[in-house]
Amino acid sequence: MAVLLLDCAFSPYQHLEKYQKKQLRSGEYGAAVTFVGSVRDLHDDFSVQSMTIECYDAMAKKEIEKICDDAACKWSIGDSLVVHRYGEVEAGEVLVLVAVWSLHRQAAFEACRYIIHHLKYAAPFWKQEHNMQGSRWLDSNSDDKGVSQC
Amino acid sequence: MTAGASGKRVMPVNVKYFASLRESLGQAESQCQVPETGCNVAELWLQLNPSRDIPDNVLVAINQNYASFDARIMNGDEVAFFPPVTGG
Repeated sequence: MAVLLLDCAFSPYQHLEKYQKKQLRSGEYGAAVTFVGSVRDLHDDFSVQSMTIECYDAMAKKEIEKICDDAACKWSIGDSLVVHRYGEVEAGEVLVLVAVWSLHRQAAFEACRYIIHHLKYAAPFWKQEHNMQGSRWLDSNSDDKGVSQC
Repeated sequence: MTAGASGKRVMPVNVKYFASLRESLGQAESQCQVPETGCNVAELWLQLNPSRDIPDNVLVAINQNYASFDARIMNGDEVAFFPPVTGG
């Protein structure tokens, strides 16, 4: 399992390929599920040009590691990788990557969903959206309302 | 632990604030001293922000673990206050 916090743009697919080659043996998993989250350029009625992601880095890493450990207790998964940006992020750039490897697809799907869901509500990151008119802090993550807590 | 200005023994605590709470309070970090006899998180907030109630949605962590406002603070702890998280 690995958790990376990055303050620069990254390619989720390059990270995925690099991690797979380094940490996983070809043939030892039958499923790899990934979630890639990006910054949208429109949030409700607010046009988003960029975002500042503030982070309590020591705690964020610990919280994400706990979430990945919890997922590994709930489902039979082989490995997981989480990469999360902080600092200044432009609209369209990748914000987060979650990848889970397992023998079978169901465990990988469920664990990946569990990790991103709990990351959004427990890992200490805060979004501040910017456009030409000004800036605003988001006071909650609302896009998963109505989704079960896994 | 050391003796404070009043002569009573005190212990140091590191305090951090994040995001919109950091902006509204005008500080990111401070070091303070609390009585050796101890205090909880709510009492620490009151000591640091005597004219401001704890905002309803504020969360707290002690040594990078979520905690409650009645949790006891120990010598050298790092206490963080922050609004609901919005990552991912």
